[in-house]
Amino acid sequence: MRAAVITFPGSNCDRDMAVALELASGTAPLRVWHGDSALPENLDFIALPGGFSYGDYLRSGAMAANSPIMRAVVEQAGRGVPVLGVCNGFQVLTESGLLPGALMRNAGQTFICRTVGLEVANAQTLFTSGYDAGQQIDIPVAHHDGNYFADDTTLDRLEGDGRVAFRYVDNPNGSQRDIAGVLNAACNVLGMMPHPERAVDAAHGGTDGLALFKTALEGLAVA
Amino acid sequence: MKIRIHVSLKPGVLDPQGRAVHHALDGLGFAGVEDVRIGRLVELDVADGTSDDALTEMCEKLLANTVIENYRIEKVS
Repeated sequence: MRAAVITFPGSNCDRDMAVALELASGTAPLRVWHGDSALPENLDFIALPGGFSYGDYLRSGAMAANSPIMRAVVEQAGRGVPVLGVCNGFQVLTESGLLPGALMRNAGQTFICRTVGLEVANAQTLFTSGYDAGQQIDIPVAHHDGNYFADDTTLDRLEGDGRVAFRYVDNPNGSQRDIAGVLNAACNVLGMMPHPERAVDAAHGGTDGLALFKTALEGLAVA
Repeated sequence: MKIRIHVSLKPGVLDPQGRAVHHALDGLGFAGVEDVRIGRLVELDVADGTSDDALTEMCEKLLANTVIENYRIEKVS
């Protein structure tokens, strides 16, 4: 199994992401710097971690989306390599055009840092098949710009195609239609604001995030 | 050549920052403010021959997120 975690200047959840991936697969992921222009060959999984890439200057994720490594990530995503973006990683995925919509300032203006309930809206993706459809899981959020926005046509299409992966049980940030995580058309790219990598160790308050990593890496661990 | 790029949220997109400032203006006693929208001003100093197409490309690729924002290019001098 060859996974990679991309680190941008300002990423601060990259180590947590690496720990979660190693816990789920038994293999430590490769670490890749944003300024690299190429990814390691034969990757099975790419993770864009949370944090504040480029200080969130201009817009969250906007500069990172234009960093050299993202051209390679977009290319690999197009070839079907699974890509997971969490929090700032989700913002980078929307800014790079890999996912539709945009993430705006939380409707309540405040930074939100707490565990929230999520409903698994689609349990038939490579990221979510470890859950049951409609299952409620508890995952921490920590963000200021997590208010998911897309126009109604896009939202209808996302819902119609089963591309909403997770919804908030009690919407904390004003996201359209309670959306917490969305998939691309091919369902190999998932962006979500909550942090599953912070819910993989019982000592940290819960392990509901572990199934996401285990499922996504299943079958890859022996390769 | 000095260029100003005005970036603003599209109509209908919730602007919590604008709403908070609106509330603050109300609190200060300024009556009759119907709405407040917060945008961003980006000033560029570019080579004289820089084309309109290049400026548009800068806006579309980086300076504005056209999913939620409009932009206007103003040539100052």
